[in-house]
Amino acid sequence: MEKEQHPHIVRYRTYVYVLIALLFMTLTSVAVTHIYLGPYTVATALLLATLKSTLVLLIFMHLKFDKKFYSYMVAGVFLLLTSVIIITFLDYLYR
Amino acid sequence: MSETVLQHNQVSYLEYQGRFKGLFAWIFSTDHKRIGLLYLYSMLVLFSVAATLGLLMKIELIAPGKTIMDAQTYNSFFTLHGITMIFLIVVPGLPAVFGNFFLPIMIGAKDVAFPKLNLLSWWIYILGALVVLSSQFIGDGPPDTGWTFYAPYSFRTGTNMLPAVTGAFILGFSSIATGLNFIVTIHRMRAPGMAWMKMPLFPWALYGTAWIQVLATPIVGVTLLMIVLERTLQIGFFDPALGGDPILYQHLFWIYSHPAVYIMILPAMGVISEIIPTFARKTIFGYKAIVVSTLAIAFVGYFVWGHHMFTSGMSGTALYTFSILTFLVAIPSAIKIFNWVATLHKASIDIQTPFLWALCFLFVFMIGGLSGMVLGALSANVHLHDTAFVVAHFHFIVFGGTGFAFFGALHYWYPKMFGRMYDKGWANIGLAIFFTGFNTLYLPMFYLGMIGMPRRYYDYVEEFHGPNIVSSFGAMLMIAGLIIIITNLIRSARKGEIAEADPWKGKTLEWSIASPPTLENFDEIPVVTKQPYDYE
Repeated sequence: MEKEQHPHIVRYRTYVYVLIALLFMTLTSVAVTHIYLGPYTVATALLLATLKSTLVLLIFMHLKFDKKFYSYMVAGVFLLLTSVIIITFLDYLYR
Repeated sequence: MSETVLQHNQVSYLEYQGRFKGLFAWIFSTDHKRIGLLYLYSMLVLFSVAATLGLLMKIELIAPGKTIMDAQTYNSFFTLHGITMIFLIVVPGLPAVFGNFFLPIMIGAKDVAFPKLNLLSWWIYILGALVVLSSQFIGDGPPDTGWTFYAPYSFRTGTNMLPAVTGAFILGFSSIATGLNFIVTIHRMRAPGMAWMKMPLFPWALYGTAWIQVLATPIVGVTLLMIVLERTLQIGFFDPALGGDPILYQHLFWIYSHPAVYIMILPAMGVISEIIPTFARKTIFGYKAIVVSTLAIAFVGYFVWGHHMFTSGMSGTALYTFSILTFLVAIPSAIKIFNWVATLHKASIDIQTPFLWALCFLFVFMIGGLSGMVLGALSANVHLHDTAFVVAHFHFIVFGGTGFAFFGALHYWYPKMFGRMYDKGWANIGLAIFFTGFNTLYLPMFYLGMIGMPRRYYDYVEEFHGPNIVSSFGAMLMIAGLIIIITNLIRSARKGEIAEADPWKGKTLEWSIASPPTLENFDEIPVVTKQPYDYE
């Protein structure tokens, strides 16, 4: 168990940068609602949300420093949700 | 798997006295077996309420027009019946009761990975149940939308929606926590020597189920929260008047609720995979095929939700896609059926009550599955959508599948759980009456649906009268069977004969320990050297 974990210390400065990036993207996601993007509105919102959650997963939840196995599991979940969203849009895009 | 009964130098989990006494020794226990029984007792109480509501609905339908209740009461009855049966009994049922009790034992562990989280799951479950039930007694009258809370009705109805939706939202956390606990337990706590392909099939089924619980439940949680926000803040997610899309609600709801059908049915298939080799005295046919089909059902089950929405106005492309995907999911289900039947071929079958439950499961599940194929076909679905045919289909799957497996599991593992044997004669009589009642209740509903009787109506035209009388009579017969079955089990918990450690000559690890099990299940963690169903 001990051997599986890689000791690491994330600098406070990194956390602050991530926090700023998250706040910036939150404000951006609010701001883009004022711009008419037609069918790309949802895609933009999803893209920003994905970037934000990726940052949280990698840095705040330490996925970046964990075993690769966990990254693969998370990637699998992302893939599953992406497939679900794509299938949902088979309805909206072809209606 | 293990051939000797391990010596035990601890008291049984039923006799163990910890920090607390009496009721507190149960509701604050972190022992996975006691938590399993807490769920069992809670569900039996809730099941008796929901089954009574179902019976009253069938009595209402025994004749056209008002019989014993008015339309609004009927609407609230089928809503509470659905919410209770689905969210409080069938979804958590097998994993929470038998998963909690037997998963650690079957993989050779002393408990689940997070015992405190396990207890918290039960408390959240009880909180969710109380909030759901409170919707009946406070505010503006019982909810009347059906268990699906379809938009736009769910945010326009004047009835007491918020507690019902909030309760279902809370219950999701219990489901996620249990799923997470099981995934970690299976990954980290299998006994030495128990490679993945030496794990019994019930834990395998729980593993597939747990992934669905963890990944799909948050979606319905968010969706229900959106209903709350829509009702309270009029945001416009689903309300067309505010620019929302009510079909989006159906997508989001069924993205969870169809995989939830596999949360219900996969553990049931796991139970049947345990019962059949034990009583066939034979290694299960196609172990690996069953494992792969379990995972395939869990995976493909994510992509078929749209077959609940064929008449909603979805695009043609989506309709074809969902119809094809729906047919795909039948393949792994059929693989399991063929494997179970092949296991029985030329077997030395010992016909006991749990085995009879498994046989009945095969019969009703086949009808449920094949009628699902009818509904998966676009053309037939347009005709049958929202008719009694659909009600018959899902009761054959959910009650016939999960319900029969639940009672099968209860009769299979009962001597292990309570250390006593039930009266087998009464158990078989109860099953015979229950099985006859079940088919008398639901088979006429296939016919009623085909001739056009809509679901969720308290009234109908005269042409539907005859089959409805038969169906209502079946409901009464089925409840009579249930009363016999449950009375026999309750009575036998105290007065039944003392059970042997391995009354069925099973091979999986739970049959190698004392009945009832000791607090920590094993004095020493076993070393697994054989396949789980090694009867050769």
